Amino acid sequence: MITRRTALMGAALAAMVIAAPALADDLKLPRERVELVAPPFVHPHDQIAKDGPKIMEFKLTVREKEVVIDDNGTKMQAMTFNGSMPAPMMVVHEGDYVELTLVNPETNTMPHNIDFHAATGGLGGGALTHVNPGEQTVLRFKATRPGVFVYHCAPEGMIPWHVVSGMHGTIMVLPRDGLKNAEGKPLHYDRIYYVGENDLYIPKDENGKYKTYDSPGESFGDTIEVMRKLIPTHVVFNGRVGALTGKNAMTAKVGETVMIVHSEANRDTRPHLIGGHGDYVWETGKFNNPPAKDLETWFVRGGSAGAALYTFRQPGVYAYVNHNLIEAAELGATAHFKVDGEWNNDLMKQVVPPGPIPPAKSSAIDATVLTR
Amino acid sequence: MLLAMKLKAALAVAALASPLAMTAVTPRDTAPPERALTALKAENFPYRLAGDFSRDGKPVAAPLRQMRLGSSLGIMTRQVTAAEYARCVADGGCPRIPQASGAEDMPMVGVSWRDATAYARWMTRTTGKLHRLPSDEEWVFAAAEKASDDALPLAGAADPVAAWIARYDAEASRERPAVLTPQPIGAFGRNERGLQDVAGNVWEWTDTCFVRHDVEPSGAVRVTNTNCGVRVVQGAHRAYMTDFIRDPRSGGCAAGVPPANLGFRLVVEQERWPELRRMAERIADKMLRSL
Repeated sequence: MITRRTALMGAALAAMVIAAPALADDLKLPRERVELVAPPFVHPHDQIAKDGPKIMEFKLTVREKEVVIDDNGTKMQAMTFNGSMPAPMMVVHEGDYVELTLVNPETNTMPHNIDFHAATGGLGGGALTHVNPGEQTVLRFKATRPGVFVYHCAPEGMIPWHVVSGMHGTIMVLPRDGLKNAEGKPLHYDRIYYVGENDLYIPKDENGKYKTYDSPGESFGDTIEVMRKLIPTHVVFNGRVGALTGKNAMTAKVGETVMIVHSEANRDTRPHLIGGHGDYVWETGKFNNPPAKDLETWFVRGGSAGAALYTFRQPGVYAYVNHNLIEAAELGATAHFKVDGEWNNDLMKQVVPPGPIPPAKSSAIDATVLTR
Repeated sequence: MLLAMKLKAALAVAALASPLAMTAVTPRDTAPPERALTALKAENFPYRLAGDFSRDGKPVAAPLRQMRLGSSLGIMTRQVTAAEYARCVADGGCPRIPQASGAEDMPMVGVSWRDATAYARWMTRTTGKLHRLPSDEEWVFAAAEKASDDALPLAGAADPVAAWIARYDAEASRERPAVLTPQPIGAFGRNERGLQDVAGNVWEWTDTCFVRHDVEPSGAVRVTNTNCGVRVVQGAHRAYMTDFIRDPRSGGCAAGVPPANLGFRLVVEQERWPELRRMAERIADKMLRSL
């Protein structure tokens, strides 16, 4: 009897036989294997490329799993790349080749694929990467445009559901000679954080309580109903309310320049750093456009990523929010930065702390008015 | 005094006096399991003052004092239940709260300070005994070992930011209750004074207003501002809550663990009513005579 497993193994073996010669006489370029890390952190990388183009090898494994998305224990049947929401950020340089191994373990229930906004042709790779549970595939594309670009799962008929269930991430394609401002002066960051925003649509029962499901498939019908109304129940950073606050707050020091990459694969958002600014912001996320300077809030279009550079000048706690403040405070789109350093009284000083309103005095101006 | 105002005042006093007659008709068949009061004799206890304290304009930790209540304290052994609150709603004494379960054995949650004080007024009217929210001092005394001394890290005068970050870390490391949904009465046990569910997952409203203090070089504390739109709520940690809030949450610029649920228990003053009634009658008489 031929089980699905044995059939798939046969198919995999056949694919390997066919693929083997192709791999052998492929590009003659150095290869670099990169271990991805979970957001908000980003794998180590050079900001300026040391050598010529390389083949950058990444591996993403699809994990379907139940996750908790808020402090009330609300659960969601998530679909993820490598288990995190958003998926890990990849960093390469313009001219590099991205070679991705996409694994869909047999324990999953659904077919998946991947569409890179940074790639050219083949539906961003979606047309060539459709893998069933128990399959894997390898895709290679050339990174031709510098910038931060979203990638996401895009299986036919279920694209938005897979995206809002967690299957999206970002790839950063750096110019080979690094970032520059409008005048061509080099820009550098000391730290980089990747904030992925998720709009989530959790069905409720007749009593208004969030429902739970045993598998993604069982949640599909109800979830689509909520999605079609376009009002998310949660808008969060990195997969859950509070994923980047308190003990998980991002950190920096006064004087450090921090790169914040912000993606939203589905819906518009407007990042804002409370108490800070965007010194240099690539609002559309594409580095061939000069960065805007001194922004208060920047707009990240749904289905894109933006990048902001900021040098912290004052210590303390900063809130980094989606400045639709209802989404920030009520639905969850809030992160915090904890910044160490010395307070600068020139930039800000509490001249008179809150206290009683002093009794009114009749001023000289009043007296003049009276005598006229 | 204008006639209209006098009439209004007289009516208000009359309204206060009239519920005495209703005591007899309060339905007892639907009454919950007995609502025991715990009587506590005054003792010395340590008390961290509530509110905001600063010295030379810089935040400092609140002073810790030895205190003793002026008299013994009668306080509800358990929190007011959902069923008890529902009876007040049915009688027109309390605002209706949409999500309230009305269960006999569950604490009433999702109440604001205004709802809780409406319930206390209704209880006073229907029982003839003065019911009120405890002060923060009274709550801490009754909570005994369950009261947390939440002194936040001291601000070095030179480095307020270090204190700010330390406070953020302290709030962020607060333990979240293991269960957030309200549990049946008694689920969190008794404290050493015999009170049930103290500092469980239902925080309790107190009557204490948010007060700003200045600590003078001599150590003397001077009140600089009192805001009674914000009251102290007590439980696993002390929090300050605007009086119309029913569902606390953190978010935005705030970090840390907010109270999981807002409920309350009341202080009952056994002997107060007869005096109040006599006083109200005297005032009403005087007013009616002067109309």
